[in-house]
Amino acid sequence: MHTKDHAALADKFNHDEDRVDWHDKTLWFIREKRDKAAWQLPEWEQLRELASQIKNNVLDNLHAYLLLFEKNAQQNGITVHWAADAEEHNRIVYSIIQKHNATKIVKSKSMLTEECHLNEYLLKRGIDVVDTDLGERIVQLADEPPSHIVLPCIHWKKEEIGELFHQHLGTPKGNSDPQFLTAAAREHLREKFLTGKIAITGVNFAVAETGEIVVCTNEGNADLGVQLADVHVACMGIEKIIPSRKHLGIFLRLLTRSATGQPITTYSSHFRRPRPGQAMHIVLVDNGRSERLKSDDFRSALKCIRCGACMNTCPVYRRSGGHSYHYAIAGPIGSILAPGLDMKKYADLPFASTLCGSCTNVCPVKIDIHDQLYKWRQEIVKQGYAPASKKIGMRVMTVVLSNSFVYKTAGSIGRWLLKYMPALVNNKFNPWYKQREMPAVPEESFHAWYRKRKKNG
Amino acid sequence: MKIALFVPCYVDQFYPQVAIATLQLLEKVGLDVSFPENQTCCGQPMANSGFEHLAKGCNDNFIDNFSGYDYVVCPSGSCTLHIKDHLQTSGDDAETKKIRNSLYELTEFLVDVLNITKLSAQFHHKVGLHQSCHGQRGLKISQMSELVAAPFSKTERLLSSVNGLELVTLSRKDECCGFGGTFCVAEEAVSVKMGKDRVHDHVHHGAEYITGNDMSCLMHLEGILRREKSTTKVVHIAEILNSF
Repeated sequence: MHTKDHAALADKFNHDEDRVDWHDKTLWFIREKRDKAAWQLPEWEQLRELASQIKNNVLDNLHAYLLLFEKNAQQNGITVHWAADAEEHNRIVYSIIQKHNATKIVKSKSMLTEECHLNEYLLKRGIDVVDTDLGERIVQLADEPPSHIVLPCIHWKKEEIGELFHQHLGTPKGNSDPQFLTAAAREHLREKFLTGKIAITGVNFAVAETGEIVVCTNEGNADLGVQLADVHVACMGIEKIIPSRKHLGIFLRLLTRSATGQPITTYSSHFRRPRPGQAMHIVLVDNGRSERLKSDDFRSALKCIRCGACMNTCPVYRRSGGHSYHYAIAGPIGSILAPGLDMKKYADLPFASTLCGSCTNVCPVKIDIHDQLYKWRQEIVKQGYAPASKKIGMRVMTVVLSNSFVYKTAGSIGRWLLKYMPALVNNKFNPWYKQREMPAVPEESFHAWYRKRKKNG
Repeated sequence: MKIALFVPCYVDQFYPQVAIATLQLLEKVGLDVSFPENQTCCGQPMANSGFEHLAKGCNDNFIDNFSGYDYVVCPSGSCTLHIKDHLQTSGDDAETKKIRNSLYELTEFLVDVLNITKLSAQFHHKVGLHQSCHGQRGLKISQMSELVAAPFSKTERLLSSVNGLELVTLSRKDECCGFGGTFCVAEEAVSVKMGKDRVHDHVHHGAEYITGNDMSCLMHLEGILRREKSTTKVVHIAEILNSF
């Protein structure tokens, strides 16, 4: 079966070097903004530690917190649904839509619905789903998935968005003024907000103690959608729970500083109960999370609050683009989440890293991302998903490196060949040589030099 | 004090001058250093590729060679980190643990164990420091830019004592170079792009030499510099510190 491969997709992205430079600089600028925001808080590292411990507590007691949340939400007049997987989640959302005879849906940003491919599911059934986050709307018009969890269209230049809007929204050709384009999108979306009967939102935090959910946006689109709609459907992964309101401040302070360098999102909206006449549903989705919870090595990935800081700092992500990860969540965190869902399909992702460790150290909830990348590599190879050529190469390398005599002999032969028959390696089949020179070959190895020195006293 | 020198396999084969400089430097500061001659590799190439289970031969060989020393010194942050994190054995666990704890990367050995902060080395050039990720974030040889924490750098402390050496300031002081072991060929496009960006940061700021604790990063950067016919060269920190 042909599967998508990060290296091949990244190679394609790198055909346009100027674009790679632009993409890298844009995201590095956000990483720098994050650094400045973090340095404003002397207690930053303490906040990370607290957030990490709260999330550890949540994962250790998830069952109890979920039941408490359900009970409190129901008492608030919210209907709570449980979905074992993506398919069930989509079915539940669709059944709510059918029940209310709706065809027009406005949706604010939700990575969970991306994970479940809800849009495709609903569109196939004749439901018009409109993403109301500006970046999400842009990629939706372009018929693409988001390339970043916080900045969905970070791979689009403003001129290209101008052209896209010209085609879809009828803006004048050649106008790429961001303010003008935003105003055009706003007008376009306003009509959708007014006619949307059902509003779907994601959930940033679900407070067990109160049964309320908190949704963070910069555009206020979740609020506008929910306030105008007859029905609010909030979709969340079961790991989004926090124990009580007093913990929220820690996460709100960390979330946007880590994501974009802002002190807080423009809107941090609490939805506790439906307003009179409105129906409110919460769909709690497992989709592999319980399975993940069982694994000591990989469970802490469930602490993720979806800030995207690991993407912005990742030197590979910045130079390969979000789509090279071919999963709803790109970058380092996506690379440790995706293989848990489908190890075969995403066997390439844990290898799309130099294991530099920058991700782990920007993570506001201290997920050991690069250590998990290393562990996924072992797991993937153990399950037999490594390419055959790599398996052979590794076996040869093992034979050479495990034994001193074989190592020294192979080293001498290798260096001799490199010196006298350089064409053997200096060719197009050697990926090192494509854009890099091979190291110059020394007269002798250190081993040989040392032996000589010892002999000569 | 019984000290052994561990030379990474690719240094042994391609950059013997780095191992020679390390050995000479340790001898100049008055140490008696052994080089166990049956050593090969730390096993990282297999392990980082997901084949940790194939590293058993390397592990056993490493333990055979480096048992019984007070300290093992290595001119590489990456190989040192790998042994510290992943050296396993089928035999004596106590000895394995002892090796993991007694292994030091060269600059941290000089600073933390020998308390050397000043060497009378000479190097009259503008130098850019490429701090390898495994040395920096793994071994904490210097503070990483991600953390809100007081800065320090053991490597810079040593380099700043070198006569004539002028350290250049980089735009991105601790970005990965993109070598990444087998990543450098498996993800050739991104690896090279990362390397080019790293090289250009140094060159743009006037570095005549790029130095660092890890020859693997420098080998990758050198490959790019030479392809671009740049006049900037790479030099391992041991070679600079040994220049007296």
